[in-house]
Formats: sequence, C-alpha cells, structure tokens
Amino acid sequence: MDALDVARWQFGVTTVYHFLFVPLTIGLSVLVAILQTMWLRTGNERYLKLTKFYGKLFLINFAMGIVTGIVQEFQFGMNWSDYSRFVGDIFGAPLAIEALLAFFLESTFLGLWIFGWDRLPKRVHLACIWAAAIGSTVSAYFILAANSWMQNPVGYRINPESGRAELTDFVAVLTNKVALITFPHTIFGCFLVAGSLIVAVAVWHLVRRPDNPDADTYRFAARFGATVTLLATAGVLATGDIQSKIMTEVQPMKMAAAEGLYETESPASFSVLTVGSLDGSRELFALKIPYLLSWLSTGDVNGEVHGINDLQAQYTAQYGPGSYTPIIPVTYWSFRLMIGFGLAAAAIAVWTLWAHRRGRTPTSKWLLRAALVMPVLPLAANCFGWIFTEMGRQPWIVFGEMLTRDGVSRSVSLAEVLTSFTAFTLVYATLAVVEVRLLVRYARHGLPDTDPPEPDPTDHDDEDKPLAFAY
Amino acid sequence: MDLTTVWFLLIAVLFTGYFILEGFDFGVGILLPALGRDDRERRVLINTIGPVWDGNEVWLITAAGAMFAAFPEWYATLFSGFYLPLLLILIALIFRNVAFEYRHKRPDAAWKARWDTAITVGSAVPAVAWGVILANIVHGVPLSADHEYTGDLLAALHPYTLLGGATFLALFATHGALFLALKTTGDVRERANQLAGRLGMVTFPLTAVFLAWTLDLRQNPAAVALTLLAILALVAGLAANRVRREGWAFTGTTVATGLLVATAFTAIFPDVLPSTTDPAGTLTTTNAAASGYTLGILTWIAAFCTPVVLAYQAWTYWVFRRRIGVANIPTD
Repeated sequence: MDALDVARWQFGVTTVYHFLFVPLTIGLSVLVAILQTMWLRTGNERYLKLTKFYGKLFLINFAMGIVTGIVQEFQFGMNWSDYSRFVGDIFGAPLAIEALLAFFLESTFLGLWIFGWDRLPKRVHLACIWAAAIGSTVSAYFILAANSWMQNPVGYRINPESGRAELTDFVAVLTNKVALITFPHTIFGCFLVAGSLIVAVAVWHLVRRPDNPDADTYRFAARFGATVTLLATAGVLATGDIQSKIMTEVQPMKMAAAEGLYETESPASFSVLTVGSLDGSRELFALKIPYLLSWLSTGDVNGEVHGINDLQAQYTAQYGPGSYTPIIPVTYWSFRLMIGFGLAAAAIAVWTLWAHRRGRTPTSKWLLRAALVMPVLPLAANCFGWIFTEMGRQPWIVFGEMLTRDGVSRSVSLAEVLTSFTAFTLVYATLAVVEVRLLVRYARHGLPDTDPPEPDPTDHDDEDKPLAFAY
Repeated sequence: MDLTTVWFLLIAVLFTGYFILEGFDFGVGILLPALGRDDRERRVLINTIGPVWDGNEVWLITAAGAMFAAFPEWYATLFSGFYLPLLLILIALIFRNVAFEYRHKRPDAAWKARWDTAITVGSAVPAVAWGVILANIVHGVPLSADHEYTGDLLAALHPYTLLGGATFLALFATHGALFLALKTTGDVRERANQLAGRLGMVTFPLTAVFLAWTLDLRQNPAAVALTLLAILALVAGLAANRVRREGWAFTGTTVATGLLVATAFTAIFPDVLPSTTDPAGTLTTTNAAASGYTLGILTWIAAFCTPVVLAYQAWTYWVFRRRIGVANIPTD
C-alpha cells in the first residue's frame, strides 16, 4: 500500500459519501419549492404543512452536503496536486464559476428562506427557495462539465513547454456532449431519490395510522412522490440510453468493461447476468438478450461493439505498453446494480400509486416495508452509477491524457494521507449515524401544526415577538 | 494592469472578504461558552449569525476555486504543502456547520452541550490554522525548483507563524464580540460590549507585533501604509466600543481585519508563495498563473457576477438587520 492507493480510496469514499447528500438537496429543494408554490397559488394549508415538513428533512440533509463538498474541493489540491497543476486551467474554471454563480445563490437564499418566513413578503420568500433550488441545479451542471472533461477532454491543447493542458475553447467544455447528457441523467437521478423519500415518509404515516387527521395530506404526498419517482425513472432511462451511445463512442473501453465483453461482436448481445472467470476465458452461466447491446451502444441492432482485448491492443499501440483495462468485476456489477436498484424504486412507486387508486388508503404491511426501503434504492443506484463512471475511466484520470497514478501529490506522505483518510472515514461514519437518526426522528414526528405565517416586513411589529424560525 | 495581477487582487479580495465575514461568525462561535450563560442565551448568539454563516463560508469556496482556476500551481503547492492544517480546518468546519443545524434538533442537554463544544472548537481551530497558513505564505516555505513543498509540519510552525495563529484567534474573537454587541439586546449585549473591551487589550498588541514583524520580513512601502491604517482602524474600533458606538466599533474591526489580510498579500506581491530554500521554487503571479485565455473568461464572468452577489448578500444583512434578544427565541 502506498500514498496513491490511499488517496484513491479516500477520493472514492469521500465522493460517494458527498453524493449521498447532493441528490436529496437538489431534488428536495425543487420539490419543496413546488409545494410552496402550490400553497401560495391555492391557499390550501395542506401544502404549507408539506413544505415545512419536507423542508425540515431537506435542511437536516443540506448541512452535510455543503461540508462534504468543501472536502471535495480541497482534496484536488491536497491529494491530487499534480493533477491540479496539469488541468487547473480547464478544470478549475468551472469550479470557480460554480462557486460564484451557484453556491452563493444557493447558500444566501437558503439562509433567507430558512429565517425569512416572517421577515419577507410571501412572494419574495417563495422566490428565495426557487433561487436556492436553481443555484443547486446550476452547480450540478458546472461540476458535471468539469467531470465530463475528464471523461472526454475537449477544447484544450497541451502546452509543449509547460506540459500543462490549456483551455482553448470554453464553450466546447461547457457543451461537451458527455456533459450535456450526464447533466439531465444526474438530475433525474436526484428526483428519483427525493420522490422516493417523500413516498416513504407518507406511506409510513398512512399505513401506521390510517385514521391520521392528516391522512388526506399524506395521501397527496405519497401520490406526488410516486409520480415524481416515475417521471424521473422515465427521464433516467431515456437519458441513460443516449448516454450509453455517447459513452461507446468516446470511451469504448468503458462500455466493453460494463458488459465484460472481451471479444468484439456484431451483433452483440446484452448480458443480464454472467458468471464466469474474471478474464472472460470461461463462462459458467450466462443470461443474454441478443442484439440489445448493439442497439444500446450504437442504435443499430447489428452494430459492432468493440471488445476489451481489441481495445487493449489498440491502446497499447497508441499510448505504449501498460494495462488500459478497468477492473472488470467492478464495472460489470456496478453497471447492473445501478440499473437494478433504480428500477426497483420505480416498481415500488407503481405499487404505491396502485395502492392509492380511486381514493383508497393503503393498509398493506408489505407496501410499508417496501416503501421504507425505497429511498435507499435510488441512493444505491446513484452511488453505483458514480462508481461505474469513475472506475470505468481507469487507469486514466483524464482520458487519453493523464494516468491516475501520475496525478497524485508527490510531496504528501503515506502517513499524511492515511491520517486524513482515517479521520474522514471516522467522521463521516459518525455523522451518517447522527444524520439518519435525526431524519428518522423528524420523519416520524409527522406534519407540523402550522398557522400560516403572516409576513410583516415593516419594523412596527412587537420587538419582543419570537422569531418564526430559530436555531 | 495585466490579468495575472487582476486575479491576484481578486483572490486577495476573496480571502479578505472571507476573513472579515467568517471572522465574525468564527468569533461568535469562539465566544459561545463565554457569553452564553444558558441555552436561551446561546441560542441568541447562534441566531445572530444563523441566516448568514453559510453565505460567508462560500467566500472560502470561491477563493479556493478561483485560486485553482487562475493560479493552478499556487493552489496545488499550497494545498498539498499545508496538508495537515487544511485537514484540521476541514474537520473543524464539518463539525461546526453540522452543529448549527443539529444542536436544536433534540431537547436533551448533553446533546446540546456536545454540539456547543463542536461550535466553539470548530470556530477556534480554523481561526488559528488560517492565521498560521497566511503567516507561512508571507514568511515563505521550503520549495524545490519544481514548486513542490519540501518541509515537514515543524517547518510550518515557528514563532512568526504561531503569532499569526494567535493574532487571528484574538482578532476574530474581538470582531465577533463587537458583532454581538451590535446585534443583540439586554444582558448579552452588555457582556459582549465589556468582553470586547477586554479582548481588545490582547488583540491590539498581538496585531501590532504581527504586522510589524510582517513588514520586517517583506519590505514594501504600500504594506507599511496599509499596516498603519489597520492599526488606526483597530484603535478607533476599540475606542468606539468604549463609548458604546457599536456600529462604528464593528466597522473598526471589519476594516482592521481587511487591512491585515491586505497587508499580507501586498507584502508578498508579485510573489504568491516565496521559497525559503531554492529561489527558483518561488511561485509568482506569472509562473503560477493559468493561461491568458482562461483568465480572460474568468474576468468576464467575475465582472458580471460579483456585483450581483455583493448586492444580494448585502440585502440579506439588511433583511436580518434587527437586534435579537432572549425574548425573540421561540420556546419549543
């Protein structure tokens, strides 16, 4: 074990952990904004209750999203300084713009939304949550543009003197076809998580207490969350299909690794499940759908899909000797788990809608159990999606330009990386337990009793009046 | 003025903004046990910064992002070189930020006490660590010819940089006390006012010696002028506190903090990270910079976005301009 290995593990752990909070932040901010808009439009207090209830769950989660994001930003310089030197010109720019354009918007207006219930006119207060939601969505675009450049570098040249990558076309970086398709795919993934959480909490209250005074409100929430989940699933599938074709084009090795496809085939069949030796020389059991991989990869049922062995030979000729193959079991299984977990959440959403059909209230303990598992499924799908896309790029940190092992900080010792890896892992694990307990505690507590807050932006009110919201 | 100088200035401004803004919210956190005698009082303190601390912290995220984009070599050397201080800052910020959100989420006293400790320690540690890091940037660090940090942790700790850490801690505490005197009512306000006076007795000599030492390390006429103004602002702020002009007192530490950071950046210019070993290793605004094309794009975006950001952040402070006291804390 050396500093490089630990730095890689640290990046994996901190990134996946950070991404447990991001989807809920992005998805719930928009859904809470929609609920608050419905309240303002209809005056129905039910929507206000839901705004405050899911808003609270959103805030418990938001705090973790921010701080784990700072760790990500610092980590490039701390653990991957040679990578930072090489790509700062290109990778740093979207990061800086993300902070200036999106994070300021998100954090400032979220502060105004949290504490501004009685300080701002209703419409201005509503605009604050929308501003925060837009900020978090815009931030996703810029960070995905930065990541997509690592998958498919565009709009740059290598300066022969400094050996650094230099930006030549910023618009090309922002309109990278990988970024344009990864962004909606990721955003739909976020709504899958947020919709599932809304369903889980609502169904729990309904099945546990069908005579709940708020039963109608929970019924609405369950259907709302399930509908969001299903629309998001449709979006994830449609964008994922386009994404896989683009991926086959720009990173054929990643597609071959996703399928464990060793020999070039045309037409290629999609492997639902294959059990065999890791080098692909022996197949013990395989369940395959003919033509599907060709269609997924190329849009043509008879299309040729390159295999790992051919690509490895091609890359060796192009980049010199070495292994250009990712770890196949990791890519193969993460790709399948991503799709499987996502579809499982969608299935529970369908079940939820069916259980609520024509004014019914669900009573099934099985639905309750499924609904409680439901938010974990898209979270797992998101995690495996990231593991797939990042591990599938290996051994490259910037595809075709820089190997991951060349990006690590040379001046940082194994002891230092081990210290930080251990520290972050312990801190993250501890806080995960705290966060989940708090979320469960507040979710169980149920809808708040709310008097609609009367905005009073003037200074003539009672100086000693309690704040509408206080830490 | 060429773009590398513009971006050096902008990054200096971002760090200055960060230390001014998060400086007072760190200060409030540091003083939590000293000024909050019971839970309600501590909630008053926390709620003075409740709506703004998150926005304040984005100044750091933006400063680091801008450094990554505009001076990749500076970012890479600094962040890998100050590995352990930055790790401490990250861990401290994690606990502190979560604490604001979580401390009130359960009624039991032990739970709250733990998060209160997280807020206090989580505010004090970054204050000291940033002081040490900034002082190291001024002092210079051991760098090899290819700009790699070659020192160990002990190389970053010597009397000048430790003084930097102590100065930032004291200055932020004073800055926070004056912010609290300005934003609260009743007993808390009285005690904040008195504590600011006492803290000033420590902060003033620390700041003066730190600035004098800075000038001794890096002779630079502009830095001398900024230093004199910084000391003047600090004295004026402390004097205003004595006569209970709280707005002016807080303005005093705001200006003093800003000028202290400005002095440090002015003192090193045009270097961004001086090398104490191999002079060829010294990073400057030119050899650490990104390409002109990147800087040009960043400049346009900053020119359009910065005024908007400043406007809505200022509006936040206006919306929450009212003082709060124990009577404003809801009972639940």
